[in-house]
Amino acid sequence: MKLNSKAIPASADFQANRQAHLEALSLVREAAELAAAGGGEAARERHIGRGKMLPRERVANLLDPGSPFLEVGATAAHGLYDGAAPCAGVIAGIGRVHGQDCMIVCNDATVKGGTYYPMTVKKHLRAQEIAEECHLPCLYLVDSGGANLPNQDEVFPDRDHFGRIFYNQARMSAKGIPQIAVVMGSCTAGGAYVPAMSDVTIIVKEQGTIFLAGPPLVKAATGEVVSAEDLGGGDVHTRLSGVADYLAEDDGHALALARRAVAGLNRVKPTSVHWATPEEPAYDPEDLLGVVPADLRTPYDIREVIARLVDGSRFDEFKARFGETLVCGFAHLKGCPVGIVANNGVLFSEAAQKGAHFIELCSQRKIPLVFLQNITGFMVGRAYENEGIARHGAKMVTAVATTSVPKITMVVGGSFGAGNYGMSGRAYQPRFMWSWPNSRISVMGGEQAAGVLATVKRDAIERKGAAWSTEEEAAFKRPTVEMFERQSHPLYASARLWDDGIVDPRKSRDVLALSLNAALCAPIEETRFGVFRM
Amino acid sequence: MFETILIANRGEIACRVIDTARKMGVRCVAVYSDADRAARHVAMADRAVHIGGPAPADSYLRGAAIIEAALETGAQAIHPGYGFLSENPDFVDAVEAAGLVFIGPSAKAIRAMGLKDAAKALMEKAGVPVVPGYHGDNQDLEHLSGAADAIGYPVLIKAVAGGGGKGMRLVTRPEDFNDALDSARSEAKTAFGNDAVLIEKYIQKPRHIEVQVFGDGETAVHLFERDCSLQRRHQKVIEEAPAPGMTDDMRAAMGQAAVRAAETIGYAGAGTVEFIVDGSRGLRPDAFWFMEMNTRLQVEHPVTEAITGVDLVEWQLRVASGGGLPKRQDALTINGHAFEARLYAEDVPKGFLPATGRLAHLRFPDGARADTGVRAGDEISPHYDPMIAKLITHGATRAGALRRLSAALRDCEVAGTVTNLAFLGALAGHDGFAAGEVDTDLIARDLDHLVVEPAPEPRDIALAALAAIGVLHDSDRSTGFCLWSPLTQTVHLRHHGDEIAVRVQSLSAEAHDVQVGDKTVAARRVGDRWQMDGQAAPNIVVSGALVTVFDRYGIGFDIVDPLDRAAMAAGDRDVIEAPMPGLVKLVTAKPGQEVREGDRLAVLEAMKMEHALLAARDGTVEEVLVAEGAQVAAGAALIRLASDNSEGNTA
Repeated sequence: MKLNSKAIPASADFQANRQAHLEALSLVREAAELAAAGGGEAARERHIGRGKMLPRERVANLLDPGSPFLEVGATAAHGLYDGAAPCAGVIAGIGRVHGQDCMIVCNDATVKGGTYYPMTVKKHLRAQEIAEECHLPCLYLVDSGGANLPNQDEVFPDRDHFGRIFYNQARMSAKGIPQIAVVMGSCTAGGAYVPAMSDVTIIVKEQGTIFLAGPPLVKAATGEVVSAEDLGGGDVHTRLSGVADYLAEDDGHALALARRAVAGLNRVKPTSVHWATPEEPAYDPEDLLGVVPADLRTPYDIREVIARLVDGSRFDEFKARFGETLVCGFAHLKGCPVGIVANNGVLFSEAAQKGAHFIELCSQRKIPLVFLQNITGFMVGRAYENEGIARHGAKMVTAVATTSVPKITMVVGGSFGAGNYGMSGRAYQPRFMWSWPNSRISVMGGEQAAGVLATVKRDAIERKGAAWSTEEEAAFKRPTVEMFERQSHPLYASARLWDDGIVDPRKSRDVLALSLNAALCAPIEETRFGVFRM
Repeated sequence: MFETILIANRGEIACRVIDTARKMGVRCVAVYSDADRAARHVAMADRAVHIGGPAPADSYLRGAAIIEAALETGAQAIHPGYGFLSENPDFVDAVEAAGLVFIGPSAKAIRAMGLKDAAKALMEKAGVPVVPGYHGDNQDLEHLSGAADAIGYPVLIKAVAGGGGKGMRLVTRPEDFNDALDSARSEAKTAFGNDAVLIEKYIQKPRHIEVQVFGDGETAVHLFERDCSLQRRHQKVIEEAPAPGMTDDMRAAMGQAAVRAAETIGYAGAGTVEFIVDGSRGLRPDAFWFMEMNTRLQVEHPVTEAITGVDLVEWQLRVASGGGLPKRQDALTINGHAFEARLYAEDVPKGFLPATGRLAHLRFPDGARADTGVRAGDEISPHYDPMIAKLITHGATRAGALRRLSAALRDCEVAGTVTNLAFLGALAGHDGFAAGEVDTDLIARDLDHLVVEPAPEPRDIALAALAAIGVLHDSDRSTGFCLWSPLTQTVHLRHHGDEIAVRVQSLSAEAHDVQVGDKTVAARRVGDRWQMDGQAAPNIVVSGALVTVFDRYGIGFDIVDPLDRAAMAAGDRDVIEAPMPGLVKLVTAKPGQEVREGDRLAVLEAMKMEHALLAARDGTVEEVLVAEGAQVAAGAALIRLASDNSEGNTA
């Protein structure tokens, strides 16, 4: 049952892999540091000068001391809007407050006054989606000027735009998922509804303001001259309007009040799974950097990864001799039972059938699923099409789409084509989707895509009787290859919230465990599968 | 030997007596007040009898109740300890009338020494030197100056009716005597309406040296001297034996005088003869004078035990049960040197204010004898002396014993109340003291330097912050987890009223980077011990909102709860609160009365001291919330001033 690693840490390959991973990591680290710094030194100084805590300090003081913080979208909006919205101007993540996992959404007012760019909206909604699926109490630390006006068309009108935030608040509240707002700065216009739609609202004295229209707009509209504090300050809202419930002296006091509110929620975490005593893997997760090849095209045994993720490196592999390109099996991750579905090559019909079977098993037993994605796709070719690989693939996709057990997806390599679907890609709504820095995601590989386009073009040219030189073809293909390379990079993907964040492979075990912990805050429903095409 | 004795006392001395009695196979009966139901001496005794309320007058001073308890429990003798009834001759009479043995001197001996002037006269008659002086009625200038000459300069002129230094003059040269006498007289006349004066020898560089004696009712031996010169306001702080600089001649002279004093009054049991010594020109056999005799076991008796190897309580029991003196004078010798430091719950920076509190943690150092009446978890209550323990060290030399005392003080761990450990430590490290240059003014002279508490080091603050947020014993594997950017939380502590903001970045359950001011301390757990910047972290105890770091005599930090912010912001200077539990002795404020900042509004008696409660601002008394004679808890609202509207209400 205990996996045996064949890795040789002293080998040149191992060291080269490690070097490549470290380089990929340093790129991500730079991006993450840029995001964490928010709106720059001057904006931070201004913020502190107003007697406010910096947003990350607010999060830290809201959470239990030493609490893990599973940040969502840590490099969101990276490279977007000419770099104007580091971290998309909002911090989101799961941390513990009085021992309970909570979703924290904290505006960063040092980034364009905390206004909502399109990615800010998307990130806020994604955080709410996680909270809703995992039944996590939501704590909104509000300090935002509302919609970013130059981008209003991308943040206001559509279904998944600004209004959805309040819709989510109302729906979650209706489901008994607590909504708590701490107003620590502006809450203007649409933003005013975050505290107004919360179950409990705390506002910081002489700092928090809530109003539908700020003093400049009021003056323009009616000529009334009024200070922000008199219009919608903490005193007004806790004494006259009732929009807020608790008046805090300062940020620290407000966060303590929020902590107290969480302490009083009277929530009990469901016990959906049988927890075992956690155990470290027998193989050091540090060596993941060496065992995973730097080049996605180099095949390797995914069990080397599993051995460095699961408790005691113990793995009860299911159907090991059948459909060998998909590795399925049971293990424990920091004490939580999991079913692991991991790629070990391209998907064949047998592998897809085995995957569907295994997902059925986990669904029936209510065991959470962990997908380790490294997939170029389903096998192509006449033999496979003729044997109905689409039908078998559909079984797996159906199982993935309809199971009710929590799914956590970790992209550890390629995520291409229909393989992404069968392996619980973003569209299949895993509770969490994380990516490694070496991963790549696109509809197909750049070379293949360029090849497809070139074949089409060559056909057209040759139909007209013209000739197309190899040089011309290469020049034609280059932009496509480059575009795919750029767009499939995890930083590009994460900037657009195609995943929940990029993960240092060595922290995968922690990330998976924390993801499972959060996911298990919601009870596991009965699964009802769709029609499996037999 | 007695089968059973009753100990009419509490605290460390009751425990001390029980210890020896136990060793001798004697059963012990304890008595206790309401406040001492769970006290250590009660737990140690074979039986315990409840004798009344917390106030000493309601319990430990109730002789009749104590005698009754002894009779009921079959005790044959009563050990009085020190304080309370130990020097009360009427109690001795009552004990004997009840057919019980009083472990101590006769009522007659106590009475003989009870009145200071009479005792001095008695001693003078017996040939024991007393402080030279003229206390007579002849107030002629010639006669008084003649008396001064006879006494020898310098002399003190004191108003007979005097007090508080009024009408008192120090005269160092005969030629200044007349002027000084005139001015003392006129001041005395004005102050007391009586210009009569007395003349006394002025003792320079006075030292308090006392001799331990032990009598069997007829003969007595002495167990050498103790030096108790380190005093603060007549309270002994550190005692030692033998006295530094003592010569064989002087020791023999003092010992003989003390034995003579004891034998003169037919003394039985342990007693102490106190002398004042002129230390200005070294110790000389003709420069010590009788002050008084304490007819009981002294607090500081352990230093004598340490250098003589004698268990004085054992001797008390043997002599009281009819045995003779266990040793003759020539069998008694001095072995090395010993110190005793009195560890108190008191707030030194606040003027040695007695403190209370539950001892969340108490650990006495190895290498020192600790006589104590409390254990971890016990309360230092406001009803009694706030002594926590006596720490006694012994060494072959004075320097060795003092080094051990310093070490013992450093290693002593007390949490839950403030203590005088830092003060004792400073004293033990005082250069003059180390050199043996002691006198009764040493502490007063160097007080400013002795009460300076060391400022906490960043590593102490960092450790306190980690304890405050409860991560020191954390074993959660996910502690400090972050994807990319570690979070930094701010912890607020208070030390001596100053708020300290500490920034903690948790990296894992075993690693935290703690920023204090501009210094970052790396806290790392190695095995199960914490290291701060590579140095082993001191022990630490958290009790409620109080964190105590056992570095440099224990540094206390209050954890600031942000939820208290509202209360603090709303806190005003309108309400005068009791600073500690106590008895309202006096209320001078009347409703409607105009008061100025600093005016005395009430007096609270607590811990044997009177505390004036002052107006924090000018204003009008709106309400008096408490009556004279009431017992109040710490923080109780006593007086409210009318709210001050002069600043205007901006709402």
